[in-house]
Amino acid sequence: MAEKVIYAMYDDDDVLKDGAKKLVAKGVKISEVFSPFPIHGIDPIIGVKNTRLGIMAFLYGLTGLLLATIGMRFFMVVDWPMNIGGKPNFSYLDNMLAFVPITFEFTVLCAAHGMAITYLLRNKTLPGMPAQNPDPRTTDDKFVMEIRLSENDKFTSEELEGMLKETGLIELDQKEIK
Amino acid sequence: MHKEAAIREPLILGHKTYHDITEDVCRPIEDKAPRMWYILFGIALIIGLYGVGCILYLLGTGIGVWGLNKTIGWAWDITNFVWWVGIGHAGTLISAVLLLFRQKWRMAINRSAEAMTIFAVFMAGLFPLIHMGRLWVGYWTLPLPNQFGSLWVNFNSPLLWDVFAISTYLSVSLVFWYIGLIPDFATIRDRAKKPVAKKMYSILSFGWSGRAKHWNRFELVSLVLAGLATPLVFSVHSIVSFDFATSVIPGWHTTIFPPYFVAGAVFSGFAMVQTLMLIMRKAMGLEAYIHTKHVEYMNIVIMVTGSIVGTAYITELFISWYSGVEYESYAFINRATGPYWWAYWSMMTCNVISPQLMWFRKLRRSLLFTFIISIVVNIGMWFERYVIIVTSIHRDYIPGAWSMHYPSHIDLGVYVGTIGLFFVFFLLFARYFPVLALNEVKTILKSSGESYKNAPDHHDHSEESHSNH
Repeated sequence: MAEKVIYAMYDDDDVLKDGAKKLVAKGVKISEVFSPFPIHGIDPIIGVKNTRLGIMAFLYGLTGLLLATIGMRFFMVVDWPMNIGGKPNFSYLDNMLAFVPITFEFTVLCAAHGMAITYLLRNKTLPGMPAQNPDPRTTDDKFVMEIRLSENDKFTSEELEGMLKETGLIELDQKEIK
Repeated sequence: MHKEAAIREPLILGHKTYHDITEDVCRPIEDKAPRMWYILFGIALIIGLYGVGCILYLLGTGIGVWGLNKTIGWAWDITNFVWWVGIGHAGTLISAVLLLFRQKWRMAINRSAEAMTIFAVFMAGLFPLIHMGRLWVGYWTLPLPNQFGSLWVNFNSPLLWDVFAISTYLSVSLVFWYIGLIPDFATIRDRAKKPVAKKMYSILSFGWSGRAKHWNRFELVSLVLAGLATPLVFSVHSIVSFDFATSVIPGWHTTIFPPYFVAGAVFSGFAMVQTLMLIMRKAMGLEAYIHTKHVEYMNIVIMVTGSIVGTAYITELFISWYSGVEYESYAFINRATGPYWWAYWSMMTCNVISPQLMWFRKLRRSLLFTFIISIVVNIGMWFERYVIIVTSIHRDYIPGAWSMHYPSHIDLGVYVGTIGLFFVFFLLFARYFPVLALNEVKTILKSSGESYKNAPDHHDHSEESHSNH
């Protein structure tokens, strides 16, 4: 079903942020903001929750730590204990210090790559994905606010446009998207 | 928004708007390359290909073509390896450590410094690989199940730690760099007019659209990656130093190595960043973004890390005497007064004396002086590794085994070749990639841009800025 969407374009991040604050206070739901760089402080205004990718990074890191520990215990203690000058080679703890560097590296490896892959998948930013910004200028110096009529049944499109025009925008556009 | 003291020098000079930043960074990519680029690229390519030729000859013949002998089993190969890894430390330090410290000046240089890092680590990685002589069995360094019995790699060995450290460092730096590049590729994609360029940047930008949620994730991912990369930077060069420090060779068996190597790595890395940045800002017209203040900040880092390195040299010398171990003291007396005295004193001059000149404000703000010192520092850092490696082993315990190292033309060809390849990569990067984190720079325009800082009625603290003048 086609849906009507209003795109309001601004040429300053602070003007957009102030505008968004006013609109939200009036009960307008802003569904998306497209910007060339992160606008600090916009997330709580338009109701974007903080990402939980940090927790994921921790979990990936923990996985790496565990894998490295299990792996090195198996290789160096269980499967093929090396005789190095007769030093104790039958317990993991006695040999643990030598395994710290690789355990650390592997933890970082898993945390970083796990998080990066999750990030790209969650964003759906992958090689070959089409760009979805409504205007090519939003990656340069323009900032666009997206308002969906279906999410704002309290207002008519004229009312919304009227309110938007008071916020100092530079262009207003209405589109139908699928 | 974060406010900055009015007396602090602006980071972006001139009256730039958001659009100007996009223009300034994208123009060199969209325009035709200047003739100078082709000339430099041609020279770098020829040198690089010569290096590849030398490597192929080496692989076909064996590592006997290097000037090594029974006493000196490690020389230019590992010297070059450590030198390149060291250079490859500045990028991640700039982007990760300085991000954690909220140093905004990093934004002008982090992208190209990271690119430099990645290419330097490529070059570093080549040396252990070709040192195997049989490149095709390089995968034996990985703990893979195999048909040689229950044979695993030795997890007690610092050489294996190195395999993990370098590969982790390289891949994490690459990911960190690329995640930052995605939004900037999107900017180029949205400006591109030619269909091929549009298609290429469209693929490279992964369909980035700049949604609020994506930016939210972007910022967290950058922060966490910086948090992960910071200890990584320190661990990598510590582990490289373990290659020597865990051995029992006098001159190598030193507990001071890890911090001293890390400081040295930052020292040489920043010097390489200076060398490249000073040329790049001029060639690409980025003087408004990378200016004297940035150079000064980097020179201060060079001065501090250079002083740490100098202190380490002197501590090492003192301890070799104070330890009372005659082998240890001989190793150091031999370094300073033996047949390799010239390498030792080149190292001392380049690394200890030259960074101290940065105490003078006039000198550390002079671009020409900085350029010269940056090259001097990297020569000195190469000698440092050469001194540590060759002079420690060339005089064995038995005088009958004493020897000297004479590099062969293949030694030289491989080394110079990596410098050529490094510049091939860097020039390609400068031609096709956004050399400045352009979208990140836009975030500091209002707090650190000259036109905004000096605008009388734009800032809340305009009153106080007047009183300061």
